[in-house]
Amino acid sequence: MNAPVTFQTLITPEKPRIMAERPTKIAARNVDVHYGEKHAIKGLSIDIPDRAVSAFIGPSGCGKSTFLRTINRMNDTIPTCRVGGDIVIDGQDIHDPKLDVVQLRARVGMVFQKPNPFPKSIFENVAYGPRIHGFARNKAELDAIVETSLRKAGLWDEVKDRLNHPGTGLSGGQQQRLCIARAIAVNPEVILMDEPCSALDPIATARIEELIDELRQNYCIVIVTHSMQQAARVSQLTAFFHLGTLVEYGDTDEMFTAPQEKRTQDYITGRFG
Amino acid sequence: MTEIRRDFIAKRYAAERRFRFYGAAALALTALFLAILLVDTVWKGLPAFTEHRVLLDVTLDAKEFDAAKPQAGDYDTLMKEAFRAEFPSVKGRVEKKALNALLSSGAGDDLRSMVISDPSLIGQMVKAPALLSDDSDLYLKGFQTEVSFAPGNAMLRVAPLDGEEGFLLTGDVAEQPLALAVGQVVRFEGGALRIAKLESGHAVAEALGKLEADQLTLQPGQWDIATFSVPEQDRRIKDQQVLWLETLKAEGRIEQGFAWRFFTDGDSREPELAGIRGALVGSLLTVAVALVLALPLGIAAALYLEQFAPKNRWTDLIEVNINNLAAVPSIIFGLLGLAVFLNFFGLPRSAPVVGGLVLALLVLPTIIIASRAALKAVPPSITEAALGVGASHQQAVFHHVLPLALPGIMTGTILGLARAFGETAPLLMIGMVAFIADVPEGFTSAATVLPVQVFLWSDLPELAFQSKTAAAIIVLLVVLFILNAAAIYLRKRFERRW
Repeated sequence: MNAPVTFQTLITPEKPRIMAERPTKIAARNVDVHYGEKHAIKGLSIDIPDRAVSAFIGPSGCGKSTFLRTINRMNDTIPTCRVGGDIVIDGQDIHDPKLDVVQLRARVGMVFQKPNPFPKSIFENVAYGPRIHGFARNKAELDAIVETSLRKAGLWDEVKDRLNHPGTGLSGGQQQRLCIARAIAVNPEVILMDEPCSALDPIATARIEELIDELRQNYCIVIVTHSMQQAARVSQLTAFFHLGTLVEYGDTDEMFTAPQEKRTQDYITGRFG
Repeated sequence: MTEIRRDFIAKRYAAERRFRFYGAAALALTALFLAILLVDTVWKGLPAFTEHRVLLDVTLDAKEFDAAKPQAGDYDTLMKEAFRAEFPSVKGRVEKKALNALLSSGAGDDLRSMVISDPSLIGQMVKAPALLSDDSDLYLKGFQTEVSFAPGNAMLRVAPLDGEEGFLLTGDVAEQPLALAVGQVVRFEGGALRIAKLESGHAVAEALGKLEADQLTLQPGQWDIATFSVPEQDRRIKDQQVLWLETLKAEGRIEQGFAWRFFTDGDSREPELAGIRGALVGSLLTVAVALVLALPLGIAAALYLEQFAPKNRWTDLIEVNINNLAAVPSIIFGLLGLAVFLNFFGLPRSAPVVGGLVLALLVLPTIIIASRAALKAVPPSITEAALGVGASHQQAVFHHVLPLALPGIMTGTILGLARAFGETAPLLMIGMVAFIADVPEGFTSAATVLPVQVFLWSDLPELAFQSKTAAAIIVLLVVLFILNAAAIYLRKRFERRW
């Protein structure tokens, strides 16, 4: 294993209270992301706590999704994308050449904007991750992992009788919970969610939000959202991004009641963005 | 409220109606041409699927036929002699030749296979079918001439002409015109006469073959008149041959059956013996080689280009050239095959393996382009989902992208193969256009393919090959329809929606 990398505590704009209560899971320092000529993220530094929900908000194109995808190196798949700076998860640099990106992505699960179950059965959707990582020695263990994951995602009772039905046949909200179950099945430490409710109706959204709230007991969750209400409802920390920089970062209740920055206030109150 | 210009709206609707009409008209015209093509081909080709045989009683003499080696016997001569025995009155050399011409040169084939499957027939009297020649067959299918018989209901005297060939026909009353016409044939027990000249009260006729008696008097009912719709000089079958066939037909000795040999035999110079088997097997072998080579290569190339290759100038160049290759005329591939596979590598001429290599090159760009399109059509969210749970790029491709793209790849491949199946030009260059009578036994034996067979037969002068050509086209079309149906089925069956 690599030697742990430590950073000085972030002081921008001021250390959130919640950071004092929980250990830092992800630490980013001076992260720059370029898409070809476009400078998408400019020298971003942030600490993300474990066992809490951190929400990234900001207008479209501000770099919040880009930063999210940088955390599990999903941006590697984009040929023109270049990433600079350091991101450390549990003291381990994710750009360390010795680090296996596949293992990183197993540790850092991801839920996407649009529900994207594999066009396979519900069971196969959840079982795929554990299978390729060799988590289960036999069918019974695999069954157990699938059941646990579906239970954690709050989907078990709805699908337990039709595990062999295609995952694409579920409703949008169920599909998204299936994707969450799929992410949980590989036993990650961090779950990244890129606008997970933007394609869902309010009832399905409420279910997902409940689920996120439950999952926060065990996982470090980072969620990108366009909905200020959602950020306020589910997150403990909120980071406001604008034009590729982190404008303000703090406890959610403080951010929404007493933002330090004018730009944050304008955005939250709907004056721009 | 805005004022609605009624004339504008009327114009708009008129334009829409006109456009719909153009579309429907184009469709109707296309359907019409297609229907004409299909109906014409089927109409011309259907007769080739049946054949006529004459049933003959033959005795398989145990002295001449060996039960241990039943395939060695001279069945053709046996059948020919049995056939000649049916017409004992036929004597002259020319007449005998004309009679023999009614039978196919492979007339003994059916008897041979009968005996091979059951050698106990040797020493017995057997009723065996003898294949008729192409001209007899065409006549019996009604392609050469129509013939109608009318009973002779007057007395007719026949006497030889003085000093020259021919006979004089007179009625019972002198100077009364005979109810006959030039070209008609008077048939009676013991011979037949064709009217050559008609004058008032008498007619001059020439004998078909030899008459049993020179001078005779035919009572009403003892003779009849055969009228031919096509004069003898305009057809291949002679009047006398028609009469022989009609005699056999009247005796119920001629049977019409499905021409299985069309599907079981190779090519032949004799139309009635020519079959499609050699070309069909050749086509299957050739396309099999093409498939085995082109499918894995095509999918691998498409996968690499679409999923793994770095996007740079070289891959761009390769991509452009693959698209260019798809547009290269197929004969160029034939020349390439001739120069490289035959002349440089010294592979056998006319062989399915070379044809397959050439066709593989031909369909490779098509398969690559179709496969790339199918791979591209898989939404990137599926790849992301797989990567998101920690699959490697290769796992994502092989576990998710490729299976989802496979129906599209299969469709493209089958359509590519359908093209290969119908390809003629490049195969001409590598010698698959030779006359090959044997059904190919392997990938290196000389062979031809269906479309080339169509090309070869269409060039032959025998009338019977016209319908063989059309029949070969029908077989080719049926195979292509099956391939296309398979493509559609695969697409429908495995198509996923997301």
